[in-house]
Amino acid sequence: MDEGPPRILILFAHPSIDRSEVNVELLAASRATPGVTVVDLYGEYPQLQIDIDREQQRLLEHDIIIFMFPLYWYSTPSLLKEWQDLVLEYGFAYGEGGTALQDKVLLCSLTAGGAETAYCSQGSNQFTLRELLRPLEQTATLCGMRFLAPFVLFGSRSALEEGRIDCHVRDWRRVLQALHEGCFDLAQAEKVDHLNDHLDRLTLESA
Amino acid sequence: MTEFLSSAFIYLAAAVIAVPIAKRIGLGSVLGYLIAGVLIGPLLGLVGRETQDLQHFAEFGIVMMLFLVGLELEPRTLWAMRGKLLGMGGLQVGLTTALVWGCGLLLGFDWRIALILGMITSISSTTIVLQTFTEMGVSHTPGGRSAFSVLLFQDIIVIPMLAIIPLLALPGLSASGNAAEARSATHSMIAALDGWAYAGVIIGSIAFVILGGHFLSRPLFRFIANTGLREAFTAAALTLVVGIASLMLLVGLSPALGAFLAGVVLATSEFRHELETDIEPFKGILVGLFFITVGAGVQFEVLAEQPGYILALTLGAMTIKALVLLLLAKLFRLERLDGWLLLLSLPQMSAFGFVLLAYAAQNNALPADMVPLLSLVIALSMFLTPLCFIFYGKVLVPFIQGDNKQVEEDEIDTSAPVIIAGIGRFGQIVDRLLRANQVNTVVLDQEPGQIDLMRKVGIRSYYGDATRIDLLRTAGIEGASLLVVAIDEEDQAVALVAEARKNYPRLPILARARSRPHFYRLCQAGADHAIIETYHSALALGTEALKALGAHPFKAEQQRQAFDAAEKESRSRLYRMWSRGTEGDRFSQDYRALFIELEEALSDIMQRDRADGHDRSERGWTPPPKRP
Repeated sequence: MDEGPPRILILFAHPSIDRSEVNVELLAASRATPGVTVVDLYGEYPQLQIDIDREQQRLLEHDIIIFMFPLYWYSTPSLLKEWQDLVLEYGFAYGEGGTALQDKVLLCSLTAGGAETAYCSQGSNQFTLRELLRPLEQTATLCGMRFLAPFVLFGSRSALEEGRIDCHVRDWRRVLQALHEGCFDLAQAEKVDHLNDHLDRLTLESA
Repeated sequence: MTEFLSSAFIYLAAAVIAVPIAKRIGLGSVLGYLIAGVLIGPLLGLVGRETQDLQHFAEFGIVMMLFLVGLELEPRTLWAMRGKLLGMGGLQVGLTTALVWGCGLLLGFDWRIALILGMITSISSTTIVLQTFTEMGVSHTPGGRSAFSVLLFQDIIVIPMLAIIPLLALPGLSASGNAAEARSATHSMIAALDGWAYAGVIIGSIAFVILGGHFLSRPLFRFIANTGLREAFTAAALTLVVGIASLMLLVGLSPALGAFLAGVVLATSEFRHELETDIEPFKGILVGLFFITVGAGVQFEVLAEQPGYILALTLGAMTIKALVLLLLAKLFRLERLDGWLLLLSLPQMSAFGFVLLAYAAQNNALPADMVPLLSLVIALSMFLTPLCFIFYGKVLVPFIQGDNKQVEEDEIDTSAPVIIAGIGRFGQIVDRLLRANQVNTVVLDQEPGQIDLMRKVGIRSYYGDATRIDLLRTAGIEGASLLVVAIDEEDQAVALVAEARKNYPRLPILARARSRPHFYRLCQAGADHAIIETYHSALALGTEALKALGAHPFKAEQQRQAFDAAEKESRSRLYRMWSRGTEGDRFSQDYRALFIELEEALSDIMQRDRADGHDRSERGWTPPPKRP
């Protein structure tokens, strides 16, 4: 990354935001963080017509790309998938001359309804979340991007009642801040299963 | 007067009876008219002497027909045909005349008579051929175009022929002075002029037709159209054709040719379809009348005297013509089917032959006793032509098309157009969207100012009252893929939809409704799809209002769609209720009750909270229920 602090782009995708409990708080926290551009995809494209040029321009202007979404059927909500299909064009994101995203960072911040215990080989979901995000990881790899372990809230449907949201939002602020200040251990963050449990280790003391 | 009415009745009745029957059994209208003529003339003896006079009058139908043909032919297309016109037409007339001349000499005719016979044989009947082409829908095939080129050339060449015939006067026959009289009758204005002045007058009149047609006619038609009087426009159209015909006669040119030229000049005009529609019925009746007079003029006693000889002459002449046409088809490399069409469509002789015969006799170039016999030969060849066409349509087309269907399909380039009636603010948007998608549209409006405006921005549009089904027909509704009704006037729109539906049960019709009652009426009249003009824009503004009130844009969009879906459903229920009402009381008590009920249901749908189940507008993204 060249001079200046890394620029952060959050692509937020939630089709039913008025009944969101966690993501809506994360969205507000993100918007309040300096140096972060937040795009509400469903708000910007209510008729699902994505402006490819505008989206590519945004990618060019940022260094760290964050997908923020509730996990729907082990994947992103459909508009964010549409965004991938349209914006990550051949010759732009991959293939011959497709180097626009080289060395940028992709991070997923998501909420999952199931408990963490469900996301393992013995659990009802059979795979870990990191494993389930393999399509996104490979997408990042093909585009020459670094794919970080996801920042995730498990058991999101009961987080409000159990008072886990505040803590989660506080952690998210910490991640954003560290990323913005360039004191986040990207190399370690690529290796772990998810970021949440390792924040102390990953956030380096700012030099 | 009584006599006139009764004979008019006989002619019309004969046509009314014979033509539909002939068409029904696949003989085509031309044969129907001819048979009708034979019935009322030689067979029943209902009509007699006036046939000849009527025929001259009916020949005016040919003038109108060529005017209509001209209207279909833009100057660009005509220019592109010039090679074919001169090459094919010139060869056809030249070779046929030469061959018949040769045969005539062999049969022992005087060389002058043989030459006249050759010229008469070379001319084919524009009337029969074009009438049948239109009926069979082959006017725009390469074969049809070739035949038309030849016919057009023949129309030009008859003028020098008329000039040559007096020079061929037989020395044996005494000059009775008839010739000079006939000449001065037709050429009254120019008789006194010398050669140069004559040429000047001819060029001047042609220039007048072209320039006048281009610059004068349009403001004039616009002025008349603005009065909104339909019959005034029809009268103007007739004035135009009659005026050109008389101008041409005055200067000694073919009136049909002049009318054709005027038609070509007006082919790009916005009044084209309206002119076509106005002239068409007159042309149809006159052309029909003409065929009847040909049938009625057949003299069976002449035929009975030497049937073998007359038949041999007829078939001989037709064979010679066909051979020349076959050579042309090969020379100009026509495809098999097109070659056959050319060969089978043109071997008859023309009504102009009657004129040439009479003229030649008047000028003592032909013994008068030959005229009835030769007239019969011409008439017989006309009778045989529909049979040639039937052979082409019923035998050759299925046979050859079976061989190479692929080729045939590729050649169809007239893509089905979309007809848009009404090009106000609404029709314009529809038209722009379709055009931007390379859809071929034909736009009609009865506001000359509007048409003018559209033409200025390069939209091909035509003046005309779209509620007239015949205008829609000339605009090509028969082959249209869609009719869009976007005219302002509510009653007219309903009438147009009903009329179009009645005539074209399978044509998709889309209509713009101005209000809810209008929407119902359009549906009832048979529109496949109607949209209330204000509905979608109001809904869009309503969605903006929701957003302005703080709704998330996606949520607002979902609510809009939910509203739209509910509205569609209630609209069809309300329509059923409306159509159950009586004519006077469409918005009955029941209708109003249902309306109120549906309005309440609508706000229910909008406000349904997730506490009492899934929100209709958001079903897809409802999270699983929380565990207690």
